[in-house]
Amino acid sequence: MNTDPRVEDLLRELAPQVLGVLSRRFGDFATAEDAVQEALLAAATQWPTDGLPANPRGWLIQVGYRRMIELVRGERARRRREDLVARRDPDDQRYAPAPDEELTAERDDTLVLLFLCCHPALAPTAAVALTLRAVGGLSTAEIARAFLVPEATMAQRISRAKQRIRSSGLPFRMPEPAERADRLVAVRQVLYLVFTEGHTSTTGPDLRRIDLAAEAIRLTRALHTLLPNDSESAGLLALMLLTEARGPARTGPSGELISLADQDRGRWDAAAIAEGVALVTRALPRGPVGPYQVQAAIAALHDEAPSTEQTDWPQILALYEVLERMAGSPVVALNRAVATAMVHGPAAGLAALDALAHDPQMAGHHRLAAARAHLHEMAGDQAQAIADYRTAAARTSSRPEQLYLTMRAARLAAQPVDLP
Amino acid sequence: MKYMLLMQFSAAGTDFPSIDTWTQDEVRAHIAFMGEVNAKLTAAGEWVDAQGLGGPQQARIVRAGEGGTPVVTEGPFAETKEFLAGYWIVDCESPQRAVELAAHISTAPGPGGRPLNMPVEVHPVMSAPAQEL
Repeated sequence: MNTDPRVEDLLRELAPQVLGVLSRRFGDFATAEDAVQEALLAAATQWPTDGLPANPRGWLIQVGYRRMIELVRGERARRRREDLVARRDPDDQRYAPAPDEELTAERDDTLVLLFLCCHPALAPTAAVALTLRAVGGLSTAEIARAFLVPEATMAQRISRAKQRIRSSGLPFRMPEPAERADRLVAVRQVLYLVFTEGHTSTTGPDLRRIDLAAEAIRLTRALHTLLPNDSESAGLLALMLLTEARGPARTGPSGELISLADQDRGRWDAAAIAEGVALVTRALPRGPVGPYQVQAAIAALHDEAPSTEQTDWPQILALYEVLERMAGSPVVALNRAVATAMVHGPAAGLAALDALAHDPQMAGHHRLAAARAHLHEMAGDQAQAIADYRTAAARTSSRPEQLYLTMRAARLAAQPVDLP
Repeated sequence: MKYMLLMQFSAAGTDFPSIDTWTQDEVRAHIAFMGEVNAKLTAAGEWVDAQGLGGPQQARIVRAGEGGTPVVTEGPFAETKEFLAGYWIVDCESPQRAVELAAHISTAPGPGGRPLNMPVEVHPVMSAPAQEL
């Protein structure tokens, strides 16, 4: 469907608000979600021809509300619930709110939706799909295209997720304060997953139509607006901006990776870097400091350096040590080893990597072999570097990484090597 | 994460007669099983694509010859006694899940309803890098 981009933007912005109102009113997220999808469809077909209604949000709520009543009437079990709702509410509240009525709770509704979509009972992929549709206002077809799966597959994922939420019996309201912190962790994880999916895509945003990285940044920005005092959410937004800023320089014309050292820093997005740096600078002293803030601080040091040589590696190493204590993982340990090499030389870095070789998660991982290859190259041990680059290339399941690693090995070997 | 599951027919690894010698009911049970697998994958939101392939008699090997003109040969398929019977592309949570799905597919029924236990190769589909190098 070819909709006016302005209408599309407006619908995306209003979708979570309308969904929030209907879910809260009926206490039934799954049905409300269906009703909102139909209201959006009606708007997308009618608005471009009839013009925008005076109050688009009120229009959507009314259409969604009417559809909701129909859906609720459709099933006997639901009818009982409708009776309950009717008996509980005074007569004057049994109708959809007037189009010009101010809705005070919409800001909280978006947050509740986010918490609901990042339900602990959902698998991460399901939570991602549901969040993009319910909070991001994307259509199932758009989400399917972005993840390169058939629309029917994505539709099943979303309806399964809704069934899970329904069967969990979780009411549509903010989780108890005690649970809120945990759920917020899940919300950030889901947003970060959306971001990584978009950030690592090889195809350009025009081809995919939905740029997931941009969508993740938009949603995280909304989260930051709703919770301006939550420093970890600010850190996550900063991390995304600082990472995405390097996007244009990160791959070559054929989609091959360009390592940080070789990137043309003039192509980095200066505005995004400035915003990210400002965010993390404000968030860090406010505390409590979490892993996203620390990673954002590391990204800021990379982004602000004029070259690899002039990068503040001692500071980066110190931050990785903080990160390792806070949220240690083999990947963090590996990054710390590389920073160690930049500060104390390749031998110290390789020694740190040796300790990782016993980690079952890391032992056969291509990232360990790739890091080792880089450090051996740094140390001037060409033969070992070539062998490690080739090992890493054989182990990765990423096409651009495989090309990059194969080319590194080929360059060192100084003889043409057939690309796989 | 996407995986390609390749069902190899391998005369060396299996001990059942060719499918054109099975009874109608046996063939029907086999096809029904494959249909169920696809329905289950779709319901789980894991299905991306799946196709059965024509046998080696219908397959061709193509190479570019002089000036890019195709040079087509009909083999060697038959001598190898091994061919690709079909494939699935699934999008699932973990490599363990992909192995689980492949094992299930491998239990497709053959003569007498016994599982064929045909080998199924599991290949990760090449994707973009997961992290900054």
